[in-house]
Amino acid sequence: MQIELHTPIADEDVLRLHVGDTVILTGIIVTGRDAAHQWLYKKFCDPAGDPSSEEKVISEELKSYLHRGVIYHCGPVVSGVDTRQYRILAAGPTTSIREELYQADIMRLFNIKGVIGKGGMGQNTLEYCQKSPAVYFHAVGGAAVLIARSVKEVLGVYKLEWGVPEAMWVFRVEQLPVIVTMDAFGTSLHEQIRAASKKALDHLIGTNV
Amino acid sequence: MNKDLTREICELIRITSTDLPEPVEKRLRSALAREVPGSAAHEALRTILENVDLARRNSIPVCQDTGVPVFYVRFPFTMNMVDIERQIRDAVALATRESYLRPNAVDPLTGTNSGNNLGDDHFPSIHYKQVESDELTIDLILKGGGCENVGVQYTLPDERLKAGRDLEGVRKAALDAVFQAQGQGCAPGFLGVTIGGDRETSYAVSKEVFLRDLNDQSPDINLSILEEQITSEANMLGIGPMGFGGKSTILETKIKAIHRLPACYFVTISYMCWAYRRRRMTVVGDIVHYE
Repeated sequence: MQIELHTPIADEDVLRLHVGDTVILTGIIVTGRDAAHQWLYKKFCDPAGDPSSEEKVISEELKSYLHRGVIYHCGPVVSGVDTRQYRILAAGPTTSIREELYQADIMRLFNIKGVIGKGGMGQNTLEYCQKSPAVYFHAVGGAAVLIARSVKEVLGVYKLEWGVPEAMWVFRVEQLPVIVTMDAFGTSLHEQIRAASKKALDHLIGTNV
Repeated sequence: MNKDLTREICELIRITSTDLPEPVEKRLRSALAREVPGSAAHEALRTILENVDLARRNSIPVCQDTGVPVFYVRFPFTMNMVDIERQIRDAVALATRESYLRPNAVDPLTGTNSGNNLGDDHFPSIHYKQVESDELTIDLILKGGGCENVGVQYTLPDERLKAGRDLEGVRKAALDAVFQAQGQGCAPGFLGVTIGGDRETSYAVSKEVFLRDLNDQSPDINLSILEEQITSEANMLGIGPMGFGGKSTILETKIKAIHRLPACYFVTISYMCWAYRRRRMTVVGDIVHYE
């Protein structure tokens, strides 16, 4: 099924989504990958975080974009960084599982309703998606130019001092195509494929490892 | 003093990053034909091929992760290696400024991105060999971090896999590597496998085999049979494009056996994502040729 979705995303919209659905997303998404997840967790989820007033301002601004919003695991290729005339040239997803340690807490922090990435995530994120409700969207890995064309505007960038790939870029996107691979009903396409391929592997190598 | 090749090497980087080699694209097209129309696997491959076309036409990186640039230089003895290295590094910085490469060199201690893809002596990665020829050839591979993360080295025998020190053990290790990678390495991918070596050379050679012609087979009959068997059995795992499930998980396997130590039997697997970016430039006199 193909479903059009706009940010901010309501719970009832999340509950309409099932594994296998194609979603055409329009609205605001914020990129965040390894440095962003670790930083947000350390500063704002860990009780010992003690963020500075400047960091609190960044968090509040991010919240305005991420509340009922979407975080995207992505480190884009951007031109015009020197002149701040940012142009997103290539913006495919990065591997999501590296954020598993932090993802559920970051989603709770901002009330994030969707994560876009590739490769899927683990049990913690899946459980949070069920509780929240929220979903995981899969973008096609490496489909960088195609996805960049859905980015119509760069609304801002945070933490550019981490470098272009790790910075948190705020994109206004139109008609970004993604596939639901983890839904709010506890179903994960990634778990299903892993289990089926495990069975095939055992058969091929004659073990039960 | 030879002609400065900074611009020409930058062009090599541009082509490698933006223009996927034709044999790779051809494999992706055959993979598309094998998947069921309307399936997620079919849709993923269709998207990939559309992206490949767009990247080439607009001269934009085919994937945002332009990886660690890995150069293989074969230089004539009339040429100065120090000059070539400087020109390669200048070309990498230039290609980054021109957005053909994403700035990827990160200091692991401070987290600082150098901003121009120049790190220490190992970033970019440059391999040299002097040759008795007038020709300078530079091969470039761009391999993203997603597939780099799923590369793995096995030490046989491996009790978990019941894999012994023979080709059957190599087969088991390779299939396990594909299973462990699932869709994380951006399937459908390509496997570079080394049997033997020490830890370091085994990894290096598992990447070097990506320089082989996509259509060739190992000259060793047993290895060429194993290459085909691993590819075909990896596809029985059903992981499919992007791990969505499907018929195409691995498009090609290349194996090289190198001498090992009596005590060591390494099987090293490098996983190349579908965006198999590899190009060569050849320089004879003032003539520069790209392929």
